[in-house]
Amino acid sequence: MAMRPEFYITDLLILSLFIIFIVGASYASCYEHLRAPWRRVFKKKIAVVSAIVLSVFIAIGLLDSIHVRLESQLTSGVSITNTKSVLDLLLAPLDDTHETSYSAPFASKAFTLTTETSAAGQATRLYKPLQYVSHYTLPGQKLTWVVVANMLYIALESLLLVLLVSTALLYFRAKRQNTPLVSVINRYLKNQNQFPWQTALLTGFIMLFMILVLFHFSRYCHIFGTDKVGRDIFYTTLKSVRTGLIIGTLTTLIILPFATLMGVAAGYFGGVIDDVIQYLYTTLSSIPGVLLISATILSVQIYMARHDELLQTTQQRAEIRLLVLCFVLGLTSWTSLCRLLRAEVLKLREMDYVQAAKVLGAGHYTILMRHLVPNVMHIILITIVLDFSALVLAEAVLSYVGVGVDAATYSWGNMLNGARLELAREPVVWWPLLSAFSFMFTMVLSANLFSDAVREAFDPRAI
Amino acid sequence: MVTYLVRRLLYAIPVVVGVNLFTFALFFMVNSPDDIARAHLGNKYVSEKMIANWKAQHDYDKPLFINQARQGVAKLTDTLFFIKSIRLFAFEFGMSDGGRDIGADVRQRMLPSLMIAVPVLLLGLLTNITIAMLMTFFRGTRVELVTSVMCIAMMSVSTLFYIIIGQYVVARLLRLVPISGYSDGWFALKFILLPVVISVVAGIGSSARWYKTIFIEEIYKDYVRTARAKGLSELKVMLNHVLQNAMIPILTGIVVIIPLLFLGSLLMESFFGIPGMGSYTIDAISLQDFAIVRVIVFLGTLLYIFGLILTDLSYILVDPRVRLD
Amino acid sequence: MDRANQSTVFSLCRNVRFWLTAIAVALLVACDGRAWNNPYPKSDRDDGVIVDYASFDSPPKTLDPARSYSAPEAMFNAQIYEPPLQYHFLKRPYQLEPLTLVAMPTVERFAKNGELVQSNEREVVETRYTMTLKPGIFYQPHPAFAKAGAAYLYHHLSRKQVDGISGLADFTTVGSRELTAADYVYQIKRLAHPDVQSPIFSFMANIINGLDEFHDQLQQVKAELKQTNSSQGFIDLRQYQVTGVKVLDRYRYQITIKGDYRQFIYWLAMPFFAPMPWEADQFYSQPGMRQKNMVLDWYPIGTGPYMLAENNPNRRIILERNPYYHEDLFPATGEANDEANGFLKNKAKSLPMIDRIVYTLEKESLPRWNKFLQGYYDNSGISSDSFDQAIAIDHHGNPQLTDELKQKQVRLYTSVEPSIFYLGFNMKDKVVGGDGERTRKLRQAISIAVDYDEYIHIFLNGRGVAAQGPIPPGIFGYQSGQQGINPIVYQWRQHQLQHRSLTDAKRLLAEAGYPAGKDKLTNKPLVLTYDIATNGGPEQYAQIAWMRKQFAKLGIQLLVNATHWNRFQDRIRRGRSQLFFMGWNADYPDPENFFFLLYGPNGKVEHGGENASNYNNPVFDQLFRQMRSMPNDNKRLAVIEKMLAIVRQDAPWVWGLHPKTFLLSHKWNDPVKQSSIINGTLKYYSLDPVQRSLARRQWNTPIKWPLYLVGMLLLSLVLYAANAYRKRERKMVKRR
Repeated sequence: MAMRPEFYITDLLILSLFIIFIVGASYASCYEHLRAPWRRVFKKKIAVVSAIVLSVFIAIGLLDSIHVRLESQLTSGVSITNTKSVLDLLLAPLDDTHETSYSAPFASKAFTLTTETSAAGQATRLYKPLQYVSHYTLPGQKLTWVVVANMLYIALESLLLVLLVSTALLYFRAKRQNTPLVSVINRYLKNQNQFPWQTALLTGFIMLFMILVLFHFSRYCHIFGTDKVGRDIFYTTLKSVRTGLIIGTLTTLIILPFATLMGVAAGYFGGVIDDVIQYLYTTLSSIPGVLLISATILSVQIYMARHDELLQTTQQRAEIRLLVLCFVLGLTSWTSLCRLLRAEVLKLREMDYVQAAKVLGAGHYTILMRHLVPNVMHIILITIVLDFSALVLAEAVLSYVGVGVDAATYSWGNMLNGARLELAREPVVWWPLLSAFSFMFTMVLSANLFSDAVREAFDPRAI
Repeated sequence: MVTYLVRRLLYAIPVVVGVNLFTFALFFMVNSPDDIARAHLGNKYVSEKMIANWKAQHDYDKPLFINQARQGVAKLTDTLFFIKSIRLFAFEFGMSDGGRDIGADVRQRMLPSLMIAVPVLLLGLLTNITIAMLMTFFRGTRVELVTSVMCIAMMSVSTLFYIIIGQYVVARLLRLVPISGYSDGWFALKFILLPVVISVVAGIGSSARWYKTIFIEEIYKDYVRTARAKGLSELKVMLNHVLQNAMIPILTGIVVIIPLLFLGSLLMESFFGIPGMGSYTIDAISLQDFAIVRVIVFLGTLLYIFGLILTDLSYILVDPRVRLD
Repeated sequence: MDRANQSTVFSLCRNVRFWLTAIAVALLVACDGRAWNNPYPKSDRDDGVIVDYASFDSPPKTLDPARSYSAPEAMFNAQIYEPPLQYHFLKRPYQLEPLTLVAMPTVERFAKNGELVQSNEREVVETRYTMTLKPGIFYQPHPAFAKAGAAYLYHHLSRKQVDGISGLADFTTVGSRELTAADYVYQIKRLAHPDVQSPIFSFMANIINGLDEFHDQLQQVKAELKQTNSSQGFIDLRQYQVTGVKVLDRYRYQITIKGDYRQFIYWLAMPFFAPMPWEADQFYSQPGMRQKNMVLDWYPIGTGPYMLAENNPNRRIILERNPYYHEDLFPATGEANDEANGFLKNKAKSLPMIDRIVYTLEKESLPRWNKFLQGYYDNSGISSDSFDQAIAIDHHGNPQLTDELKQKQVRLYTSVEPSIFYLGFNMKDKVVGGDGERTRKLRQAISIAVDYDEYIHIFLNGRGVAAQGPIPPGIFGYQSGQQGINPIVYQWRQHQLQHRSLTDAKRLLAEAGYPAGKDKLTNKPLVLTYDIATNGGPEQYAQIAWMRKQFAKLGIQLLVNATHWNRFQDRIRRGRSQLFFMGWNADYPDPENFFFLLYGPNGKVEHGGENASNYNNPVFDQLFRQMRSMPNDNKRLAVIEKMLAIVRQDAPWVWGLHPKTFLLSHKWNDPVKQSSIINGTLKYYSLDPVQRSLARRQWNTPIKWPLYLVGMLLLSLVLYAANAYRKRERKMVKRR
């Protein structure tokens, strides 16, 4: 089996975003004035919990953003190429298992009846056993006991892992500060840093435990059931994380350079430039958001359909459509950021240090890049964090309206969309709705809580 | 103030023109009229002759900006741009690609949209302000913490989920209201009750939190302390002073959307089968009826700009310090 | 500003009071045993008249009989307009009978020299149909007919007068007039009117003598009108003549068609050939009418059993009994079992039997189904999501109602539709098309691999029949059992149809030069593109995934081109597709209407016809020409069998499936014989409204306790808040 990495544009963007994030974080950690607000953020228990939960989601999304092309040789000498993400490989064989149709969580038989015709011509209706279910217990073992024992084992495993990781972190910290490990631990135990480490440890433990448990049981059956075409819901839900993350982050990222430049330029230069930029964003923001999005997506859809020779596979097309959606969503949220930045720069422009720089003969470029942009960074940061959850939620609504992501893309919006028909069934099919809802809810909730903390720490006006 | 209004209106013109140009470019330069014609001619026995015919009837056979075949003014007026874009300014919406008069449909659909949107706005305002006031009142206590976490939780739930579950439980399981539909007159109450309640509930999370921020900002100001020092009860302080002063930022957010209420709600209307502007938009999108989408984008823009002007005017009404000139 | 505060306080109190009132109201209404969820206002309910409640899922695009061509539109049009012929309601196979005619049309065939052709030995160049109308048939009341003396009241309205009205109901006077042969001729002329854009014009232009020339003539007249800048869009079609369509006298008219197209008689049973009074055309083409949406598209005018009383395509459409409807009786006799099935319960009764039909727009399947279960719709189809709730398949594989529906005494009707959904190969493509042995084997291999039996099971809950060829059951030429199987894909084992195994498909694929899906020559995997028109729904994604799986069974990679209908059509028309998914719904119950989809001269790319896979086989074409002018007898059957054998062997389509309709009907409806071909069936319906209102009441008792629970909860919250406020106020006092 040959493996070759393959990157979609969205992959590249989200990975580079992650690298920027890492670089930015390590840069910020070098300067006390940049570190201070973050320290304020992480003093809050709620912020720590949500940050850990969020980072789990981000990790899932990143794993799903690294694709490899697999070329497997069949016995007949034929090779088949398949593009898979690292997440697919981790979860395999869930990505390739298909049942016929619905099955409930943990079920061993299909949810719908199948007509089987026997050799004698007798038709029978039965609940067919699922393909992807293996025996959890050995014959003679009692199910409950095996489950309990396994859970305990996993709990122990995750506890050890968490302790190991935190000790390692402490060790590095001690090494960097040139203090013995014991004193660092002591400091934490006495809570001198005001970092809620108990909460962090507990959250880390719970998250790890849940991940491992889910993964463990997903080896034996469809833990969240299957959907109408027999895809594993657990897999679908996890795959949707990436879509949510991309919409939530790339949207802001794509328009960020543009909005920053325009906003700062409008505020700084004033005059005609200001007028033109103001006109631009007033015009764009005058079109109600949903309408602008639908109109643009409609047009792009048809444009893409006409130039279908450019895009070979459905997956590529889905990725492009996702990117376009990000761009269009950015187009609508761009204006508010631009307006905020312009107002802030108008204020900053009159500040002494800017005036001083001007008098000293600094060029426009230097003033913009060294004095203005760094000082509006907090506004940009708050916007990114605040927009994130709203964008994830918007994806679901847009998918319902029919101008969201491609139908082939795994997304919570697509899952919720299908859920209405599933609720109408009798007996009710509730599991796709519930799993999409709970994952989406967890991610959005933690993003909201985290952004709340960030805003409080960075925004001097906030309460 | 009149001069101010005139100035605002004049300023709105280039914006509307810009939007118009933008949508025109989006629809007619990206897509060919042939595409539009085929989409509407059905799927049996379609010939080139019929496509040409259809385009002629819907004016899609005209050149984009300049018609060389015509003389004089007609050179400019007998073009796609003039017919499809400029005429909008005179509120001549023309025919939809499906063959109905858009103006008539819009007029007919505005009322059902308002039947949902207005109660949602009023009830929502009432509920959210009440909750926000309670949170402000209980600031610093456990009640506030629980309520604000609940608000965050509520705003983390997708609107789709509220609708799906609400419709399922109330209409299907409990049989309290009809599942969907609409009617004229008082009978409509039956149909709008559930969508209104769901909309209000779905909106509580973000709005109540936002109002709370405004209230709390006000409550630490000097005049509030003075009022308390006078010996007013907390309720009186909140209602007489805080609410009144917090009205300005609240109004800014509310007034601007009032005109947009005419456009209805996409989700509610399509889920509950209400024949308003929202479902009109969704249908137009799914049928790819560009004529309708264009008109709605244009209307939305006009209403939004109108809302901005209204916002400015409302400042004067609420805050005597504000003067427009 | 004190007033504002008071009002806020007041509203706070009112908030409490609101809920108290709500609970009180809830309690009051609870004592009343009526259903809360009845979606029909009083004005729609049955007070003395019999009302049928139905739904439509997408607004009709047009009700103009010259333009409308879709099933949802036919649902209305077929009740309003009366073409000269209709199908007998009970007889199967379908049999045409006169509707407004005194007898079936007389048909005369002519040879080249103008001589009458009696038998089949000479080539026919022209056929003439002569129709004779029953006298005394009148149009529905309509303002277009309203007269004051000899002058029409509403034919020359000023723009201002038009602006003052909002609907047809605003015209105080209505009139009627007798149906004449000229009205039928007028409508045929409308088919060629450039502004009408009839979907069958291009088709009919090749059939009816002089229709194409007539179109060009009208085009010219239009251009002249434009030159003189006359804003009046009305062209009185009576002034212009089509050579092939003639009015003989008040009750007789004649149509001459090219050649010997015997299926033309079926078209005479479709609304395209219904009468159109010139008065209507004149009335509706007055300036300003279109801006009011008052056009033939939305306000039809006919002689049928029903007339359109309200047309709000955004919400509901109401049909009302036509007071002037001519004498029409329920058939006195039917087929053998009809009496036993109750289909003849109303025999010889005067039609129609229902007074009003209220159609409600119901775009989503979910509310439609629920309202049916609640008794608010009289009939319902079954979507695949509600299938398990409605239908259980018994041990013999036959559909049965579930206990829930049996309890409600719902009746189930099933019928196979005269349609086919198929997976077509583009025969112009180098890889899958062409006449060579290699590509034929590839097509056959794919035909076996794509398992439509599974498709029917997964996506249609068994509501379909896997097709053995282009002809669906119920159409002449279809044969059930061993005679009718497609030997390429199926075999007959132990008295049963059996799908060939995948091994056969793989063997064929290897023979075609693609062992295990890899090209023997280039050693590259075989990649095919599949075109499908989508609206982007999740359901369709599932179908695409399924299709990909079918090809993966052979090791073939499938690139899916899921595009909007437009783009899809465009690719088919240019022959850019390889495989595509399509459907065809019969216009009339004749095998010709299916075989012509494979007739060479109908090729899509070259001739713009309906043969989307561009199949072209001279032997088949020769047989087709022979078959289409034969009567339904054993000789014709033999020819059809030959044709079927050819196309099965060539496999230009994977034959796909014929969908089955399941219809559920409530106990208060009288049994009705199902048919997918006959549209004008509403006049045969009847129901018992008393039984219905009883059932509705019984099924819809609201469950009220959660309402009380929510009320209590809110109340306790309010009390808690009030209490906490008081406590806090006191605390502050203490501190001071």
